[in-house]
Amino acid sequence: MSGISRRKLITTGLFATAGATGLGVAAKLAERYGLIPPDAGVLYGAGETLTYAAQRLLTRHAPTRNFSRSQISKDPFANEVAPLGEGFQRLQQGGFADWRLAVDGMVARPASFSLADLRTFPSRTEITLIACEEGWSYIAEWSGVPLSHILGLVGALPQVRYVVYRSIQPDWWESIDMADALHPQTLVTLGMNGGELPVPFGGPLRMRVPRQLGYKNVKYITRLTLTDSLKRFGKGLGSASPEGGYAWYAGI
Amino acid sequence: MEIPAEFETAGQTAGAATSQGAERLRLRHSAFVRVTHWLITLSFLALLVTGVEILISHPRFYWGETGNVNTRPLFTLPIPSSRDTVPTGYGYVLPDQNGWSRYLHFEAAWVAVLTGLLYGAFGFFQGHFRRNLLPAPSELSPKRLAINIARHLRFRRPSEEEAGSYNVLQRLTYLLVIFVLFPLVIWTGLDMSPAFASAFPAVVTVLGGRQSARTIHFFVSIFLVLFLLVHVLMVYLAGFRNRVGAMITGRLTQPRERS
Repeated sequence: MSGISRRKLITTGLFATAGATGLGVAAKLAERYGLIPPDAGVLYGAGETLTYAAQRLLTRHAPTRNFSRSQISKDPFANEVAPLGEGFQRLQQGGFADWRLAVDGMVARPASFSLADLRTFPSRTEITLIACEEGWSYIAEWSGVPLSHILGLVGALPQVRYVVYRSIQPDWWESIDMADALHPQTLVTLGMNGGELPVPFGGPLRMRVPRQLGYKNVKYITRLTLTDSLKRFGKGLGSASPEGGYAWYAGI
Repeated sequence: MEIPAEFETAGQTAGAATSQGAERLRLRHSAFVRVTHWLITLSFLALLVTGVEILISHPRFYWGETGNVNTRPLFTLPIPSSRDTVPTGYGYVLPDQNGWSRYLHFEAAWVAVLTGLLYGAFGFFQGHFRRNLLPAPSELSPKRLAINIARHLRFRRPSEEEAGSYNVLQRLTYLLVIFVLFPLVIWTGLDMSPAFASAFPAVVTVLGGRQSARTIHFFVSIFLVLFLLVHVLMVYLAGFRNRVGAMITGRLTQPRERS
């Protein structure tokens, strides 16, 4: 009996050491390969980390579904937004001629683009589904400039890991990793269903991240900031969502 | 090497004292079944509470890929909502609990899925499914089933022999929960993930679309809640303390309790 318990003790000890070392190594590797979301430290961050890591390992380059023209929703729902301020209304009265999208942070050539500039860039059109975290969804045809094209124009530095994007609404800002930022279907969106992007749907300029939920698809974007770390932004949780109790990664 | 008592076959008797009357201690559930049972219980309760919270932010259901407040729903639950954009007929809006509910829903889903996978592997390789859950063919005759159903409907307490094993209705119900409802609720849950649906579109389209998956997710959850209620009622009828005790310690201490 004592022989067995000693053997048991030794094997248990070995397994525990191997397990602890394994976990440590796994955490290091996960950090290095970008498998840890910025809100990993919140109350239920463990589950969030598992979800994000699993999806980045399994679905990193997966294209999102494209639907046929006949599947475009006849009755899309724009959802509520906070009241648009005076600054927005002034720009709206000028036909958004003075709307700017600034690009800064870790870039070789910081830039600021007007809507007219953006319209001269290569455009892409995608018929994709947008789903709200509440459960509802609609399909629309979105057209705009692939975010990856803009990142190329400004010369994103090799150490960039995230793109932070802000709305003209001060409390609405988000960020995505490079898997979504460089994804060909992620669009800086100017048009919807063949026309200009209507204001309730985020016009004149909306970030469309089709592999994530609606709240990552920020309306009225004015600024992109490229960075290697999200620690310096807000409370360091990655975006406004975790600060309001919602997950940073919304691919689920 | 001595086999630890926990790894004996469920239903076997342990020790010499067992054959002596009311004091017998039976190993009713193996350690693996007990641990996975309570892990699933915990995660299911978390999934249920958070699932209800998420649901009330949009208590409307649709079929196909799309659906929103501008669309005619398949059906609407007559409950208030936590969003003022949803027309409910109630004059008030419930507080938004979706943030933590979503975090916890997916964390609990991970616990449920990982536990379910371990349990499934154990069930196949240790013979738990074959031995304890697969009904004997003779039990499946319409006559035997009818007798069993009638006994359940009269709320008869299980007989002495039955106390050490599962009866045929239990076996069929557990198999349905383990191999149909549980996989289906995980499947339809995953369908609502935009990243997962992008990588594996066929698992969404085969069900008719994202909203169809959401609607099926809701109905499967209802069936799982029904199962939970009947399960707890049956445990109560069979002797609550004794049965819950057996799922904790592995042993039925008083087979004749309350008889």
